[in-house]
Order: sequence, then structure tokens, then C-alpha cells
Amino acid sequence: MAEKQETAGERLDRLDVLPWERAGAPDQLVNGAAGSLKDIWKHRELLGLLTKRELKARYKDSSLGFVWSLIKPLTQLLIYYVVVGKFLGAERGIPNFAVYIFAGLTIYTLFSEIVSGGTSSIISNSGLVKKVYLPREIFPLSAVGSALFNLAVQMVILLITALLVGTLTLGPHLLYGVGALVVVVIYGTALGILLAALNVYLRDVQYLVEVILMLFMWGSPILYHWTFAVSAMPGWLGQIYLNNPVTLAVIGFQEAVWSPGSSSDSLDGLALRLLAAAAVGLVLLFVSQRVFARLQGNFAQEL
Amino acid sequence: MTSATPVVRVENVSKRFIIRKEKSLKERLVNAGRSSKFKEDFWALQDVSLEVNAGSTIGLIGPNGSGKSTLLKAIGGIIEPTSGSVFRRGRLAALLELGAGFHPDLTGRENVYLNASILGLSRRQTDYYFDDIVDFSGIHNFIDTQVKFYSSGMYVRLAFAVAIHVDPDLLLVDEVLAVGDEAFQRKCLDKIRAFQTEGRTIVLVTHSLEQVNELCDRAVLLSSGRMIFDGIPHEATQMMRNVLEDRRLDEVQEKEKEDEPVAVGSISDVSVWAEGRRLGEPVQPGDSLVVRATFAHSAGIRDWIAAVQVNSSLGHVVFGTNNERLGMNLGYLKDERTIEFVVPDVSFGSGKYFVNISLMDEAHVHVIDKAQAASFDVPYFEAATGVVFARPSMKQLT
Repeated sequence: MAEKQETAGERLDRLDVLPWERAGAPDQLVNGAAGSLKDIWKHRELLGLLTKRELKARYKDSSLGFVWSLIKPLTQLLIYYVVVGKFLGAERGIPNFAVYIFAGLTIYTLFSEIVSGGTSSIISNSGLVKKVYLPREIFPLSAVGSALFNLAVQMVILLITALLVGTLTLGPHLLYGVGALVVVVIYGTALGILLAALNVYLRDVQYLVEVILMLFMWGSPILYHWTFAVSAMPGWLGQIYLNNPVTLAVIGFQEAVWSPGSSSDSLDGLALRLLAAAAVGLVLLFVSQRVFARLQGNFAQEL
Repeated sequence: MTSATPVVRVENVSKRFIIRKEKSLKERLVNAGRSSKFKEDFWALQDVSLEVNAGSTIGLIGPNGSGKSTLLKAIGGIIEPTSGSVFRRGRLAALLELGAGFHPDLTGRENVYLNASILGLSRRQTDYYFDDIVDFSGIHNFIDTQVKFYSSGMYVRLAFAVAIHVDPDLLLVDEVLAVGDEAFQRKCLDKIRAFQTEGRTIVLVTHSLEQVNELCDRAVLLSSGRMIFDGIPHEATQMMRNVLEDRRLDEVQEKEKEDEPVAVGSISDVSVWAEGRRLGEPVQPGDSLVVRATFAHSAGIRDWIAAVQVNSSLGHVVFGTNNERLGMNLGYLKDERTIEFVVPDVSFGSGKYFVNISLMDEAHVHVIDKAQAASFDVPYFEAATGVVFARPSMKQLT
């Protein structure tokens, strides 16, 4: 930015040829989505800064800092391993139970952090929403960013553990893990954006989300194997259960880091199911963004 | 400016606010059938159309709740109008609140980058301006301290420093100039003048009519969401004062109905005019100002004092006197007595002035005050501003 200050005349000349823009967010159906994307892309630097701010501010004055974001999942792991695995005996049916739980927990934490962080993002940034125009999708997206950062930290531990236990091998099955991540990010983002907008109008949403996230956690095969659940359900319900994108993602993730050397009964057609879930998720993401765009016009006055 | 280049077009913008009285799911479900009862709506803006030319400075004025800030937010794209549309071009920076994006837990440095990014600067540009920003704010020693430890003055200075280093074509300002000490305010105003010479467009919401007269080349007066005047600032401010005066008189009447005769003293029939002019006609410099008031005291009072005071529209005392200062003893007051003050050869600057009348006892204890009992206007003069009238001249020496 070494350019000269422009003079008043130069400024006028430049402005004279600029095209008109509509104030506020773009509103048409297809062009609107593209416009929003462009708007967000223009603000990608800000997105990075907001994500950083969220991470930095969270543990700013604690001496352990972001280690705290590790302690919670590790404690969870310990509790589930001891209580569910040892006391309740779940580990008898599942070899390498610790890796199994931790794989499920890691991917599920990503999902729940994106959704719950996204839901409250507009309200917790109300100061900005009311005073500055920004593409508001940035706030739920920065929740995605900080959740991904936490995931990265947990992934390091997960991978090291899996390597030590011997369930981590190179091969095409690792792609399941990538697919699972993509599916979780798509669905998490779609729900985060949608719920963030709804939460502005109806504050109950954030409490409802907590409850539903807890339900989903037990509804996905994190602490038990999916075959246990399916065998206890009528066939049609079992299919619904299996095609739940969160379940698919958890299974896919376990497939990548736990299955080799642990289990051979994998879900048939997992790759196809993940692809289908991702495709449906993209539609959902598009719809959520449109709903968000419609609702955001009144954010500033509702907050 | 050779030809007018509009940068903002506001077309028939209306905005309706709906005030819901309940927020939770339960309340909504319970009241679902009769939800209209729990809603109230009002129009914050009604059919406002406006075009702003590049390089101009526009003041939006109006009494509280007239829709100024709503209009500004609609221009900024923060609020979407219920009907109508806003078009604009060029880079925009909105200063609706200083430091809106500041996070208390981050350091000054981190907040500068964050806030600059919110206002639309890239990281590279912020790097380039960073030293300037710190210089302008004058908080070198604390730039790496968390913002929550800042004094409010430091906070505002840093926020303003960031805001003015964004390079906008269109700057929206909402009363932020009212914060900070005088030196800081002057710095703000200087910066705004510099912006003007650089051909930037400024839309300013303010309650300070003096500021509008001084800074703006056009003023828009809003009242109850409608645009009632658009044109030369001093005419707009004059109208604004009339609107406020009407409101005040209404309120005074309401109040007088409520609390009647508790005070033992009374002041009535206060009037002010210039000698040789009719009541209500503007007072010209050089006129003799006449203030007349009728006093009474139900219990009777000895050695009483009648005082008159002239206030500017901002409430500053411009002129004041009483019979004691004039070496006069008024004796005993019980029944109505009318007193006339004459102030010859006044030279008030342009604006609206209010007359306060007080009745005091010999120990200067106020028995009754009649604040803003009457008012008069002094017409606009091209050559000068302020509360004192004088004819200035100027010559070039070198």
C-alpha cells in the first residue's frame, strides 16, 4: 500500500465510473448465493482474524491456555473407557476400545462444536452485527474455523495413539476419514448457519441445540458398535439410523483409524453412503444459506 | 466540483419495526392465537428518498426517535428496509460506534488488526498504517496491553485512530464525535475537515446543530420518520429548533396541568421582544431587548430579587442580571407586580435563545424559577457563527 493519496478530483473520476451496488446482502435466489460467497471470500482475512480471536480470547488469562481444550475430551475418554468399557463391559465386544471411543469422540466433538458455536455466534457478536455491515455468515463460519483448530489438536493425539496401538496403517481406507470430515463440516456448517439465524428470533434454540446434541451423541456409534444398535432395531429403523450423516461420519472415521487390525465387519457401501450424504448436505447447506440470507435483514433490530 | 457524481441513492425507503413483547417459545405458543395483541409496530422511516453527491457532507438531524440512525444504518446496509432500496458505490466505512469490534481480552495491537479488517483494510494495508495509527492514538506504551485495562479515553482514541486510517469514499458517522475530551473532539473535527478536502463523502448524524452549521454543506431534517426538510444547513437547524421548541411547549403545558399551586411565589406573563418590533419577530443586533414578567407571592416577601437570564440553545448562560446588581431595592412583594428589564444594544449571535426568570428572597434562595419562560430568535448571519454578534473583517498581510 505505497500508493499516493488520491486527490479530490481523481476520487470523483474514479467514483463516477463505478457501478451501483445494492446496500446490504444480495437477495436473489441463485445470484444471491454466488454473491454471498463472493462477499465472504472478500472477507476471508477477517474470517481468519475472527477465528483467531475466538481461540485466543477463550483461554487468554489461564496459564494452561489451550491445553484446556484437550483436557476435556481426554477426561471424557477416560470416563467412558473406565465406566462404559471396563464396568459395563463394552470393551469385550470391541478390541482397542480406547482408540475406538476416541475416534468417535473426536469427530463428534467437531460436529457439536460447529453446531453449538455456530448457533450462538450471531448473538455473541451482536455488537458487530448491529454496528458494522459484514456478510454475517462470517460469524458461524468462524465457529467452524475454531472447531477445526481444536480438531487438529485432538487429531494429533488420536493419530499418535492409533499408531502406538497399531490400528493406523496407510491405505485407501484413510479416505473414509477424509470423507467423514467433509460430511461433518458440511452438515455442521449448514446447521450452524441455519440455527444461528433462528436463534436470533427465538433464543430457546440454543438450549434446544444442547439437548439435541446430547441425543445425537448417544444416537451415533461412539461408545458402542453400530452392529449392536442395528440388531436391536427393526430393519427400517436400522437403515434410518445408519444413514444418519453423523452416524456415517463416525463409522467412516473409525474405519480410517481404528478398523485396520481391529475389526473386519465394515458397513457395506460406506463410500457411496458418505458421498450421498455429502451431496444431500450440500443441498442443505445451500438452503440454509438462503434462509439465513432472508432472515439476516432483520438481525440488527432483533438483537 | 465540476459535475455532481452521486454515490448514494436512497429510493422510497420505508422501515417498519415490530416490537414483540415476548421472546421465548413458551410465550409464543401460548399467545400464538392472539399474537397481534402482543405486537406493536411503528414506522421508523416512511418513504424517504435521497441522493448524496460525492464530496458533500450531509448532516442528518432530527429530534430523538425521528429515524436518523435508522436511515444511516439503512445506507450502511446494516438494516434492510421494509420497502424501497438503497444503492451506493465506492468504499464504505461506518463509524456507528467506536471500537465496535474490540475484544476486551485481546491486546491493543491485535484489536487494531481485527478492527481494521472489520472496517475493510487488508493485513498489508494495516501493516502500512500501523505506526500512523499508534502515533495518532498516542498510546505507544500500552499497545501490547489487553484492551480491558485501557481507560475509556485510551479505548476511544485507539478506535478512532483505526477508523480514520481506513481509506473510505463514503464515511457514515453516528454521534461518535460527541465522545472524548475537547482536544480529542477537535482532533476528530480536524480530521473530518481533512476528509472533506480529499473529496470524501460524509453522512453525519448528530444532535449538535452547531456542528451541522459548521461542517455540513447540506442538512436533512427528519421528524417521525419523514423527511421534512432537505437543504441549506442553517435553515434546517432553524426548523429543527422550532420543532424542538414546539415539543417543549407541549411538555411544559402538560406539566403545568399536573403540578399546580404548591409554590407560594409565582411568575407569570413572561414575554420578550425587541423594542420597536412585534412579539415573536427576530431580534436584530443593535435592538433593545425587553423582558417583562409579573411576580406575586402569596405569603408576602421583603427585599425580594427579580432575576433574568438569557441562555443559548445549548443551555449556556449568555447574559444575566437582577435588580440587586442594578442597585435597586424592590421592597415588599405580595400582590402582582410587573417588572420590565431593558437591555439596550444587544449583539447576540445567530440562534435561538431562552429567557429564564427567577424570584429570590434576600438571601438569594430561589423561591420560584421559570426556566425557558420565553424565547427569541436571532437571524442567521453569513459572516460569523457563535453567540456573540460582531462584524468581522479580514485582510491579507503577507
